[in-house]
Amino acid sequence: MSVRFSTVASSLLIGFIFIVPCTKLKGQDEHHDATDALHETVDSHQAENGHDEAGDEEFNATEYILEHVSDSHDWHILTTKDGHHVAVPLPVILYSKQSGLHMFMSSKIAHGHSHQGFQMGHGSIEIVNKKGERVEKSLDGKIIEVDEHGELVEAGLPLDFSITKNVFMMLLSVIILLWVFLGLAKAYKKMGISEPRGLAGFIEPVILFIEEDVAIPNIGEEKYARFMPYLLTVFFFILLNNLMGLIPFFPFGANVTGNIALTFVLATLTFLITQFSSNKGHWQHVFATPGVPKPLLIIMIPVEIIGLFTKPFALMVRLFANITAGHIIVLSLISMIFIFKSIFVAVPSMVMVIFMDFIELLVAFLQAYIFTLLSALFIGMAMPEHHHD
Amino acid sequence: MTGTLAAIGAGLAVIGAGLGIGRIGGSAMDAIARQPEAGGKIQTAMIIAAALIEGAALFAIVVAMMG
Repeated sequence: MSVRFSTVASSLLIGFIFIVPCTKLKGQDEHHDATDALHETVDSHQAENGHDEAGDEEFNATEYILEHVSDSHDWHILTTKDGHHVAVPLPVILYSKQSGLHMFMSSKIAHGHSHQGFQMGHGSIEIVNKKGERVEKSLDGKIIEVDEHGELVEAGLPLDFSITKNVFMMLLSVIILLWVFLGLAKAYKKMGISEPRGLAGFIEPVILFIEEDVAIPNIGEEKYARFMPYLLTVFFFILLNNLMGLIPFFPFGANVTGNIALTFVLATLTFLITQFSSNKGHWQHVFATPGVPKPLLIIMIPVEIIGLFTKPFALMVRLFANITAGHIIVLSLISMIFIFKSIFVAVPSMVMVIFMDFIELLVAFLQAYIFTLLSALFIGMAMPEHHHD
Repeated sequence: MTGTLAAIGAGLAVIGAGLGIGRIGGSAMDAIARQPEAGGKIQTAMIIAAALIEGAALFAIVVAMMG
């Protein structure tokens, strides 16, 4: 009986946790004005593009979901009914070719304010790219520099090194990882190999699992030790960021592993390690695949070279797509409540959100595992033994 | 219109990947039921194969998104 109670209690708790970030939806529109009655008649396509269309009656699910899965310069927590935003400001660091280095808090440029000539961009501009074509470039979510007439400066967009939401959570995860693992390392040094206690009891089996079931079978008994630091780092970094991304309140909930730039860097690291640790057999496999007739090599060599890049590319997109898709599904289910505004939708939606959250918990572990496993596999494949077993 | 077509493309890719991963999962179940002692190895091979199929599906989805 007590077990069932705790299950119900924890489900309710998780449900509650997910309701909290939605309170911002109620008074979302601070630009409410007389023209809203007009805007409400515009079709949904236009509502997707605009910023002011969503009135009190209208709820823009696309905008709401994209705001939550994308990076931002401040940490929006909620908006009160009378339109006040509660957000945690984060440092903005900009380098402009025209005016040099700037540092200020993001609260200075929130809600359309301008600071030192910088403000948040809206809409899009037409620029001429290197080929001389005119292309549209979106300014949403980017910081732009303007002169006294409100025109964009000629130097273009400033370089943005800001500590954004994602960067902040990434740094937080790094601090947590360092704290946990340096502490554990010290404890192991002092105590020696003994029965693991406390946090070590949770971490040690995971490390042994990575060693025995991921690294050794894929890389080989003699060579695996060199790659263990990378594999373990990548595993725990992805795992922690996946898990922290599921916690929906400040200082968690940023979509770090669902950011294509971060997964690109991780995949690039795997790619570089794979290529630099490769041996002769690997390149032989690429440029003179054994057992393949000579004429066929004309086709095989390009395919193999493309194959070198598609593997890390798939790693990159897999992690990004899985985590972002998970977040989008949860947010869509929450959006249903605000679209239908009915208890008969809200309750099933909450149940589904809780269900999806547990799936996401599984995915968080699974994706960290798969990224590590495939990294180990690619590294192992790049240094084949001469004797095939 | 392009959005709809992209969605159909992504949907087709997902159908393909779903069939593929479903078959792998089913076969792995069969194999584990027949030889439970080889479960660990089968599981690893299953995940690798599933990841490769997923990779192909992801390419299709990326192309659908860009198109």
